Amino acid sequence: MRKLRFSQPGARLTAEWSCAKQGPVAFPPAEHPREKVPELCTYRLEIAVRPGLGDALATATGAQLAGMRPTGLRTRKVYLLDLDIGPDEAERVLAALTDPVAEVGAVGALPDQFGAPAGAAGEPWLLTIGFRPGVTDSVGTSVKRAAEDCLGRSLRGQVYTATTYVLWGLEAAEAERAARELHNPLIERAALERSPRPAEFTVPRAGAGHDATVAVVALRAADDAALMRISTQGLLALTLTEMRAIQRHFADLGRDPTDAELECLAQTWSEHCKHKIFAAPIEYTDPAGATRTVERGLFRTYIRGATEAVAAARVADGRDGAAPFLVSVFHDNAGVVRFSDDDHLVYKVETHNSPSALDPYGGAMTGIVGVNRDSLGTGLGADLLTNVWGYCFGEPDFDGQLPPGLMHPRRIRDGVHRGVIDGGNQSGIPYSRGFELFDARYAGKPLVYCGTVAVMPVRSAGRPTADKVVRAGDVVVMLGGRIGKDGIHGATFSSVELDESSPVQAVQIGDPITQKMVADFLAEARALGLYSGLTDNGAGGLSSSVGEMAQLTGGADIDLALAPLKYPGLMPWEVLISEAQERMTLAVPKDKLDALLELARRREVEATPLGEFTSTGRLRATWAGKPVVDLELEFLHEGTPRVPLRARWSPPARPDSPAAAVAAVLGEARLTSEPGAIEHDLLDMLARPNMTSNEHLARRYDHEVKGLSVVKPWVGARQDVPSTATVMRARHLRPEGVVLAEGVHPHYGDLDTDAMARACVDEAVRRALCAGARIDRLAALDNFCWPDPVQSDKTPDGEHKLAQLVRCCEGLRAACEAFGVPLISGKDSMKNDAHLGGVKISIPPTLLVSVIGQMPDVRRALDLTPIAAGDLVFVLGPTGRHLGGSELARLRGLVLPGAPTTDLGAAAARYAAFAAARDAGLVRSAHVAGRGGLAVALAHMTMAGELGLDLDLDDGLLRQVPEDMPLTPAELLFSESTGRIVLTCRPAAAGALTGRLGPHGLVALGRVAEPGADGGGWLRVRRGAQALIEVTGARLRERFRPAAVHGPPAPLPARAQEVRR
Amino acid sequence: MNALKIDGAADVRALVLTGYGLNCEAETCAALQTVGARVTARHVADAIADADALAGFQLVVFIGGFSFGDHIASGRVFANRLRFKMGERLLRHVGDGGLVLGICNGFQTIVKLGLLPGLEPGLAQRVSLVMNDRLGYWDAWVRLAVDRASPCVFTRALPPVIELPSRHGEGKLVFEEGPLRQVLEDRHLIPVRYADEAGAATERWPDNPDGSPGGIAGLCDPSGRVFGLMPHPEAYLYPENHPRWIAQREAGTLPEHGLGLHLLAGGVRAIAGG
Repeated sequence: MRKLRFSQPGARLTAEWSCAKQGPVAFPPAEHPREKVPELCTYRLEIAVRPGLGDALATATGAQLAGMRPTGLRTRKVYLLDLDIGPDEAERVLAALTDPVAEVGAVGALPDQFGAPAGAAGEPWLLTIGFRPGVTDSVGTSVKRAAEDCLGRSLRGQVYTATTYVLWGLEAAEAERAARELHNPLIERAALERSPRPAEFTVPRAGAGHDATVAVVALRAADDAALMRISTQGLLALTLTEMRAIQRHFADLGRDPTDAELECLAQTWSEHCKHKIFAAPIEYTDPAGATRTVERGLFRTYIRGATEAVAAARVADGRDGAAPFLVSVFHDNAGVVRFSDDDHLVYKVETHNSPSALDPYGGAMTGIVGVNRDSLGTGLGADLLTNVWGYCFGEPDFDGQLPPGLMHPRRIRDGVHRGVIDGGNQSGIPYSRGFELFDARYAGKPLVYCGTVAVMPVRSAGRPTADKVVRAGDVVVMLGGRIGKDGIHGATFSSVELDESSPVQAVQIGDPITQKMVADFLAEARALGLYSGLTDNGAGGLSSSVGEMAQLTGGADIDLALAPLKYPGLMPWEVLISEAQERMTLAVPKDKLDALLELARRREVEATPLGEFTSTGRLRATWAGKPVVDLELEFLHEGTPRVPLRARWSPPARPDSPAAAVAAVLGEARLTSEPGAIEHDLLDMLARPNMTSNEHLARRYDHEVKGLSVVKPWVGARQDVPSTATVMRARHLRPEGVVLAEGVHPHYGDLDTDAMARACVDEAVRRALCAGARIDRLAALDNFCWPDPVQSDKTPDGEHKLAQLVRCCEGLRAACEAFGVPLISGKDSMKNDAHLGGVKISIPPTLLVSVIGQMPDVRRALDLTPIAAGDLVFVLGPTGRHLGGSELARLRGLVLPGAPTTDLGAAAARYAAFAAARDAGLVRSAHVAGRGGLAVALAHMTMAGELGLDLDLDDGLLRQVPEDMPLTPAELLFSESTGRIVLTCRPAAAGALTGRLGPHGLVALGRVAEPGADGGGWLRVRRGAQALIEVTGARLRERFRPAAVHGPPAPLPARAQEVRR
Repeated sequence: MNALKIDGAADVRALVLTGYGLNCEAETCAALQTVGARVTARHVADAIADADALAGFQLVVFIGGFSFGDHIASGRVFANRLRFKMGERLLRHVGDGGLVLGICNGFQTIVKLGLLPGLEPGLAQRVSLVMNDRLGYWDAWVRLAVDRASPCVFTRALPPVIELPSRHGEGKLVFEEGPLRQVLEDRHLIPVRYADEAGAATERWPDNPDGSPGGIAGLCDPSGRVFGLMPHPEAYLYPENHPRWIAQREAGTLPEHGLGLHLLAGGVRAIAGG
């Protein structure tokens, strides 16, 4: 950090030039060609909106500073040019950056009172917020590019950006509160100054000029306590067993490990990378008390086991002929399935929970651009098609006391959305699916799921694209962003709980534009056949990417001193494991290297050869020839000790609500004592966080880029009802479509994780089928987010949590096999606990199942919108008393038994019959009954269609229920029984439909009717003569759509850096 | 999908510039192919490096996306690069009768480059596109009222009102001080405006997503051959892009092609026909 001075400008908007020579630079070391360090000068540019024009950022900031009433508020963009340019050149750069119509700028500073709005009195506060040293400043990079374009030469140095908020009429305490509201101290710094400003400013130059050193860790002499100290203090997240294994290995070698070797092992052996809990043998005592051993671990037994069983069944029935559906599963960055003669589909969903807890914006952005890289790095690469997201947050209206160190769920929610919005939009990728779920237990760690579908040409440059073809001798090339300290220990950090000492540097900030340029470059290089393999630099950085690719040839040899750095002063181990973003590692045949580097130069993408892949059986890294890492690949990848785990089903007592309390909500008597009771429940339910529209946030995400959308995320007459599933073309001028859907039901998991898993697969499959997906081309991804399931002092209920995991896996495999849906990729995140201020908050076990489907012609797609008055409404599939974990139970504060169990065999047969009837053209619209039951599904259809739905439970639904287990109307309408589809058909199709689907539980509900007197939709549900629900679509919409959609100001950015086009 | 036949389209050559965070190349190329034009997608860097990059092309398209992340301001870095490295060539292209279409980020870019409104020779920025009144990016379909009296060659065959997706955060048009807005109005250089349900220009959200005065959604130059707009015609290429396509089909009103395609077809037709 450097302090500089600028003159306080008055009439003349100029500054005093401040030049300073950098001190002696001891980096890179003398053996390497040293970049000549020029004289850098620093200029401060300040740009404001022209007086008279609206300052949109100021308006938004004012709304964000709720409770404070500044008499005036304006904003200024600040650019600190730390470049080798002269004063006249700085003026030229300012002119190039400033909008001549809309802005006014100055070198130095504008007068403090510049642009003061009417009514602003007195001397203002000037609050300047910029990044901390070393934090990725992508706008600064672009300003430097613009300066180079303007001056016509390449420049040395960097540009740093900030925003100044000029605030009039605030007390000192209020101004300080504003500063706290407007910045995140983990990554930003704020300077609050009272006008007149002191004539100095600081440049957040990062890095220190010290020599690179490699330390040796005295592991052989360490006792157990010392081993654990080394692991804990180094944030290695290695257990004692693992530390001992490493100690033994090096004792055998007769030396101690270097710091880099230990870090490399910690990254590679992290839960994040090695999935130790899913690999461990488990002794499992089931709910019946029987004990058995899951010898091969959960992953091999249930996840891979399910997929192998499905694949074998497909081979047995000859369904796929000579072209297997599964192209590449489990071994690459993302799963790959067959789609058309020309293209495969690639899909991956990731989680980025811990970083999002610390810096919601940066953490979540890194989540989305990171999962983009997974698809980019699968096989020889793929073209990104669409994103999906899903978030689990604490209650947004929580007003109690949060443990110290936790951000309010609302702030996390806003930041997460903005991060994924910016990351996705700037990458030119639309979103298809998005969900939010709220529960107090997600306040400790939010769950941030981000996924990406990509299209992979079957062949590129004459080779199958799904396979990497790396050979020994191929060059290791690092591509994309530079390395900094950001994201060091991300992989190991995600494997520990969140506590007060959680590392700042675990947070990375994404730079989507750098990555977009990398993605475009890769598409060109792939078509030209310029590389033989690639993978992304995500968790573990180079240690993981090179370490994993090295397995393809049997070794790699790299020189870390060659890696380009963001700033000097990184140690070799830091270069090795940094998770600085936007980087890919390529394997490049030597005869293609020049062409690859030349293309990279033309595309302004940094590409640096670091070494080569070998067949030595070793991962070796040096620093300018000096050894840093020399590890056997076998020990690195297979040396992890497998520790058996114990699981015992021993759920905590969970007393159900007393019968009287249940009857007061669900009973027949309430219908007479409280006329409209069910309608009240429905309206109240639609306004709940889990059910209400989040369209005001969703429309901040691009839905339309690429021009391929068919069934969009929001459908209906006003496009304000979330679609059952989405459909989009995969390529232009082609009819084939991709169908996306998901299921996530953590509240069923509170009762039984087996039921949860079945319900998740069932709902995802059912949704995809409703939209038109082929039943024989479905594939699924599993994402497990769990609280720590390993028994310890901190986790006394670990054995039960692990048993919940076992049962979840059992249910997942059973459902996938029953529906014939292979699991093609997945992710587990196993330490979702926060331990803060003596409070432990653990998430509920959460499984997300994401389904990707296919259809031969998108013009056959369906959505949930009823089409014409006179059409008939049916529900397919039986309704039972399944209110345990239901939305109604949470709404009315009841604890109820009976999470939906799913009769997998019956559901599979039902879906096959439904798909056939659908393909025969008998179905006009279809929707799932899911969270909130039939009532919510009908409400969605009413709002979407703007037609009437005139329904009578006596028409069939009541007759479907077994007489010995009668259901009340409330139970019928709010039960969350799985396996049900609400559909409409033309009257003429009713006979054929009943013939086909009658045996699978098709019952009539009523008919679609003309719009109401207000021209909008309406919903009437009767039981014979008794009205249960009688409500207009307008009324439903009032509750379903938050005010933000209708008119008042939209949600606001927390930081100017987040305001994007 | 059936091609939209335009006589002489095979002689029309269109250049789509890509790279640096632009991202609508696939749909823009597909649209131009569908109307029969010969389309070349080329990275901006390669076009800048090649002195003859524009030669032989009658249409240059500046596509949507986030050029350089829209850092500093949308289109600003890209417009500077074009001004310093390609400005003369672009002026010559327009002067020689060539067409330029700027969509979303492309519109922002050619406005900041000074190709629009193009009332005088040379490159001078006289209007700008700034942050939406309701801050931030917003994705929704909008209605556009088309000014049939505009010289714009792209819009002259369009129906009076069309729908297109709109998705941007900096689309509010602002003018230099003085009579410029009135000049643009008088000369019908505002071919498209955000419209309400009745088809009338509107400044009200959400029909007008950015708060642009008079509902201005696009501008053309006096020749009508340089046109820029914020909404995305290339994202309404197929009938199934429309959010209500199923309802349209059931009502028998589904068009054969997406209406955005007709806007690009207008440009190709103008070249092919004259």
